[in-house]
Amino acid sequence: MRKFYTLLSREVRSYFYSPIAYIVLVFFLLVSGVDFYFQISFMNQRPVPYSVQEAFFNSVFFWFAFVLIFPLITMRLFAEEFKLGTIEPLMTAPVRDWQVVLSKFFGALVFYIVLWVPTAFYFGIFQYATGHTASGSSGAYWGSYLMLLLLGMFYLSVGCLASVVTKNQIIAAIISFCAITLLFFLGLVQFILLDVSSATRDLLGYFSALEHMGTFSRGVIDTRPIVLYLSMTVVMLTLTHQAFQSRKWRL
Amino acid sequence: MIKVENLTKRYAGQTAIQDLNFEVGQGEIMGFLGPNGAGKTTTMRILAGFMPATSGRATIAGFDIFEQSLQARTRLGYMPEHVPLYNDMRVTEYLDYRAALKGVPYRRIAERVGDVKELCGVKDVEKKIIGALSKGYRQRVGLADALLHEPDLLILDEPTIGLDPNQIRQVRELIKNLGRQHTILLSTHILPEVEMTCSRVIIIHKGRIEACDTPENLLSQLRQAGGVVLEAKVGKDNGAEELKKISVVRDVATDVDGEWKIFSLRVESGADVREEVFRLATARRWTVRELTQRRATLEDVFVEITHADEVERLSI
Repeated sequence: MRKFYTLLSREVRSYFYSPIAYIVLVFFLLVSGVDFYFQISFMNQRPVPYSVQEAFFNSVFFWFAFVLIFPLITMRLFAEEFKLGTIEPLMTAPVRDWQVVLSKFFGALVFYIVLWVPTAFYFGIFQYATGHTASGSSGAYWGSYLMLLLLGMFYLSVGCLASVVTKNQIIAAIISFCAITLLFFLGLVQFILLDVSSATRDLLGYFSALEHMGTFSRGVIDTRPIVLYLSMTVVMLTLTHQAFQSRKWRL
Repeated sequence: MIKVENLTKRYAGQTAIQDLNFEVGQGEIMGFLGPNGAGKTTTMRILAGFMPATSGRATIAGFDIFEQSLQARTRLGYMPEHVPLYNDMRVTEYLDYRAALKGVPYRRIAERVGDVKELCGVKDVEKKIIGALSKGYRQRVGLADALLHEPDLLILDEPTIGLDPNQIRQVRELIKNLGRQHTILLSTHILPEVEMTCSRVIIIHKGRIEACDTPENLLSQLRQAGGVVLEAKVGKDNGAEELKKISVVRDVATDVDGEWKIFSLRVESGADVREEVFRLATARRWTVRELTQRRATLEDVFVEITHADEVERLSI
């Protein structure tokens, strides 16, 4: 366990060594701040049947920033080690492959959580400034952040897999960006293709991140997406572990 | 300390090393020589547990490098070729991280890191970012890293490549001193270095071991062990023909420098013909300006072994 923590702490720190972390943080704060501002100013113009918090987590801005951050967070994880050759001292130290894979995944997850922490303050500030709560119930906050965590874990694990198959960070970023966008649009199919049968549409609906966020941000905790995202994360990490081990016979 | 049996590694259709067998005993400094692409790095990577072999067995301190990889890796310190390091970390920070990763107990990390920094001479750059270090310092940080957990065995892949002569001398001294407590397997291109530091030498060529012995024995087995160089004015004599008459002389090459002739005599192993050459020269009344014994070096052994087939091919 100690080796895992050693690896994890290096992973987390290494984000803050590079300028990428700060660029992502600033970009993300900017987009989420603009999102929040637009939602409120929109609500000032007409009455709407949803809360500020719901609007914030379901807007176009939100999803735009959301799918973009994962390639940026995960592209360097393995690709950089392969490129620099630091994988050699790393793997000749007495560590196990799964310790390395998990430390990279959780390192990325820690950074991802750091990214979201400031948004929690938005709602506090809103309440302080307006005297109104930003959401209908406290469960809605829990639901939104739980869904963020679940979606984050899944997309980060996709990013891990993309990074482990190449030593080029740009290629890793493109692979994960395409995969995540594709997964995301799979959920949109039900809104776009009206001629598909309702059964197909329902089926695709089960995989729709939009739909899941919609339910969770209302405070409705559905166990089906929880199981889906957790199990998909495990699958992706298992694949990452396998691909990571394959370097031994590919070399 | 190291035991290698029938170790073979094939890459897609290509054999990198073939049936390697050797042993390195406790406290030995073993030199690993070979031309580029001979399989040195492949062998070292396998021994360090970085990649598996296609077939064969290797044990480090009694632990199988494939079956008990973790235990074996705990007992060895490995410095890869070109010393890859995290460029964004500071020297002390990197060594602290590596020490924890290698299982050095927390209360001993500061002490060990301090010791290796002292030993490898990186104390004066300890606060610098690794990416800003010169090649020589990077090399030393790599060596410090390999020593952190006091391994029984050190595997060093080209520890002196890219260093200036002073740094090479320092690293050589360091390796010699380390050899008192550690077993060392090192690969290098610089042959005088091997003669000075190594107790035994393996010469590997095209994935096979061509020779494995002490440097002294290798030299004495050399077919043409050194020779004599004579620079003289020989007048109208055919110097080469005269010199060939000396019984142990195998071959004479002649160069011309103005009116001086430079004869390079190749003699049978162990023979010293300077006396005969001197007598011949006085008898023929040659004017001599130089007469020296050239000692065979490991370079001759290396060239003889690794070039043998190419020379054969050329002569056909």
